Amino acid sequence: MTSSMATVSYIGATILFILSLGGLAHPETARRGNLFGIVGMGIAVLATVFGPQVSLAGIPWIVIALVIGAAVGLYAAKKVQMTQMPELVALMHSLVGLAACLVGFASYVDTSLVFPTAAEKSIHEVEIYIGILIGAVTFSGSLIAFGKLSGKIGGKPLLLPARHFLNLFGLVLVILLGNWFLNTHSTGVGVTLLLVMTVIALAFGVHMVMAIGGADMPVVVSMLNSYSGWAAAATGFMLGNDLLIVVGALVGSSGAILSYIMCRAMNRNFISVIAGGFGSGGGASVTAADGSEPAGEVTSISAVDTADLLRDAKNVVIVPGYGMAVAQAQHVVCEIVNVLRGQGVAVRFAIHPVAGRMPGHMNVLLAEAKVPYDIVLEMDEINEDFPDTDVAIVIGANDIVNPAAQEDPASPIAGMPVLEVWKARTSIVMKRSMASGYAGVDNPLFYKENNRMLFGDARKMLDEVLGALSA
Amino acid sequence: MSLLIGIPKETFAGEKRVASVPEVVVKLVKLGFAVAVESSAGEAANFADDDYRAAGAEVLPGAADVWARADIVFKVRPPTLDEVGMLREGATLIGFVWPAQHPELMEALQARKATVLAIDCLPRQLSRAQKMDALSSMAGISGYRAVVEAANAFGRFFNGQITAAGKIPPARVFIAGAGVAGLAASGTAANLGAVVRANDTRAEVADQVVSLGGEFVKVDYDEEGSGGGGYAKVMSEGFQAAQRAMYAREAKDADIVITTALIPGKPAPKLITAEMVQSMKPGSVIVDLAAEQGGNCELTVPGEAVVRHGVTIIGYTDLVSRLARQSSTLYSNNLLRLTEELCKAKDGNIVVNFEDDAIRGLTVVKEGELTWPAPPPKLPAASTKSKASNAPITAPKGHGHGASEPMSVKSLAIVFGVGALLFLLVGLYAPASFLTHFTVFVLACFVGYMVVWNVTPSLHTPLMSVTNAISSIIAIGALVQIAPPLAEGATDRPGGLIGILAFVAITLTAVNMFGGFAVTRRMLAMFRK
Repeated sequence: MTSSMATVSYIGATILFILSLGGLAHPETARRGNLFGIVGMGIAVLATVFGPQVSLAGIPWIVIALVIGAAVGLYAAKKVQMTQMPELVALMHSLVGLAACLVGFASYVDTSLVFPTAAEKSIHEVEIYIGILIGAVTFSGSLIAFGKLSGKIGGKPLLLPARHFLNLFGLVLVILLGNWFLNTHSTGVGVTLLLVMTVIALAFGVHMVMAIGGADMPVVVSMLNSYSGWAAAATGFMLGNDLLIVVGALVGSSGAILSYIMCRAMNRNFISVIAGGFGSGGGASVTAADGSEPAGEVTSISAVDTADLLRDAKNVVIVPGYGMAVAQAQHVVCEIVNVLRGQGVAVRFAIHPVAGRMPGHMNVLLAEAKVPYDIVLEMDEINEDFPDTDVAIVIGANDIVNPAAQEDPASPIAGMPVLEVWKARTSIVMKRSMASGYAGVDNPLFYKENNRMLFGDARKMLDEVLGALSA
Repeated sequence: MSLLIGIPKETFAGEKRVASVPEVVVKLVKLGFAVAVESSAGEAANFADDDYRAAGAEVLPGAADVWARADIVFKVRPPTLDEVGMLREGATLIGFVWPAQHPELMEALQARKATVLAIDCLPRQLSRAQKMDALSSMAGISGYRAVVEAANAFGRFFNGQITAAGKIPPARVFIAGAGVAGLAASGTAANLGAVVRANDTRAEVADQVVSLGGEFVKVDYDEEGSGGGGYAKVMSEGFQAAQRAMYAREAKDADIVITTALIPGKPAPKLITAEMVQSMKPGSVIVDLAAEQGGNCELTVPGEAVVRHGVTIIGYTDLVSRLARQSSTLYSNNLLRLTEELCKAKDGNIVVNFEDDAIRGLTVVKEGELTWPAPPPKLPAASTKSKASNAPITAPKGHGHGASEPMSVKSLAIVFGVGALLFLLVGLYAPASFLTHFTVFVLACFVGYMVVWNVTPSLHTPLMSVTNAISSIIAIGALVQIAPPLAEGATDRPGGLIGILAFVAITLTAVNMFGGFAVTRRMLAMFRK
């Protein structure tokens, strides 16, 4: 295959990748979109393997590597549970990061590359340096995110003293090392410098994600998604390959947009999420000093009474949160929905953008439980319908239904868009206990007159509700 | 020392209710009180003396004993002057009193140095007071009973049916006044299958009528009719004319008319005139819940059911008493909630705390001093409402489908400024070969930006996994490194090391490539309608 043929194939692959992302605009076209992606990837790989840059000697190795990787990947894809999707995605980001590092190192030690001018050589080295830097941060950050999401590492933010200075110090060090790296002519020194920088980058990635708490995870996962794209783009620059640049840019901007959407859904600034968890400001103490913290009695309700309320309702909205994923309650929820819909009750789901641990997490869980996607609505689509809702059930969510975000300007989550469940005739909150949410903010919803608390494990309680409904 | 609660038998003719039922007596005893019940006090409501004994009450043979010994007397109807004469000096009386209608009773009570809590004077607008609101619970019962009485007198089914013998249309029920009684009547009639239409001068109850399965009929005239304390007020002349026209229309079409309109301290408004009754179909039924206050219908005879122009007009004043067991239970629960408020310490003593708006409103005589009418209660709801409107927090609207509001000029200028500076730097120092790649990069970022904003939020997880799979394109980088066709003379290339690095990189990215697409496929297959 000639070089021109390879380039033309790359253009085709690029178009297919863009169509693939475009297909995700709607569930019906999404499956085709995924197919476009697969075809694009196939064309890109084949064009490379049979292109001018790979000699025949390499093909066996390539096939072996692909077979091993494919076996592992397909096995993981088959076995993973939908509640574990965030972990899987995080783990896969780390692989991209690691691969970017490896390609960067390989490119640096490759002496067969010749550059006509010194400027081009420096640019190539800058590209290697940046590629490895992003790759390493992605790798270690994603690993930590994986650990946090799978519960192997505690979800609490780790806040080292003077952490901002640590980060700044690391950044300055990386820049100084980079300068030294550009000016050295010895490959040995260069590799050492690259290794030192990689260690710093790895440490930075670990530190950055360790400082972020559980509920900010959607931002981190989408941010790492973005990084893995930028790493690919940097590798593309390094190798002068437009396909990598384009795909890296697509993935990078996609992740960046997701991070932005997540941040806006929490009414938080991107920088402040990255810089560390809630509670660093004086927000919580201000609320307490005001004496405006919600007080009063919560009214609890039994599973049987919940079932009665549901049966008598005409309009029900279910607000799922991370607690539903933890309790693996989505299947029971779906059965309840089926029973209620069978009895002529209109049931819909309201999804807050940051519900769960990654963007769209709840949608996937509900889809897994065979909930039809046309009754699963976004916050903006459904928020105005709460006044006409008879019963709103909140399953394992807290901050995303907190009226303090609208009512109490001193609240740490003031201004965050929330689902207005308290406007429903009755709201039922399923919770294990009266502990406050991730943000550490007490929730005035619990004390509202039309709110009932259904205490206990979400799965167990929903089973009881289902039992009472079917009886 | 715990106080003794006395429950005498009601003496009003036809009154079947009793002020406390055995199940509530148990709870009163738990609060620390002793309870004495007059023999056969609960008989008419189907509660036997033995039930009271079993609940822990003492049963006394005569009314005089109960009145003389009790520290607190629970009553339903206002006491007669004779009864007040038996009341111990300084004792407490709780029950319906209607102080405005019974001035001489009030004087007698003051003379006995009594403390009187009139359940009818409860400030109903306090949400905290709802649990003690006996007027509402009694009104609900009378609304229910009104429908039952109407069904009894009405010669047809309520629900429409299609039988082998022919089609039966549903009964049309018109309800005038959608207060507690009217709403209860709406719900009951709708549940029986009737077509329910209801009207009220307070427009805000329209939703409640609809929620109970009825239809709200508006008067074609603009005026807001909310009085205070959960009642409607008297309306203007123009409004009343429009209202009469509407009533005439509705009455003519209706099979059953239930009227519940009351204005506090005044005779009931005459809503249904003799002509309207005449225009109704023979066999129709009117139930007048306002009969005791003179009736909403001109032809109502209080306490009786009469037939006029072929229409049965029911003016029973004892509808609540006709459901004596139910109404006694609800009423005694209301009194129990009140007692709990009075006896926070649960030690069998009561404290009449005037700081409490609900208690203050209820208390019409305190230790012989007239304390009626009470000042209007402070409304906590109003203050929080204004506070909320003072500090509106504008939540950012819209997400997922493009920024809803355009960026401000300032931030836009900054973005463009920074961008221009960066491009200037790149243009000054970068060689041409870099710039072609850079062009591709910048354009690709924009394409990505445009495409991804169109992704529906529900597919964000598949988006992440598919971008993840696509980012394994980095494999290309490793592929071209693993075994490139080498130029002559480039023999010092560390081929082995590069090969290993590239091999590992290909394996890693292959995991992503295959795993990412496979898991996306699996996920998308689950999304279905």
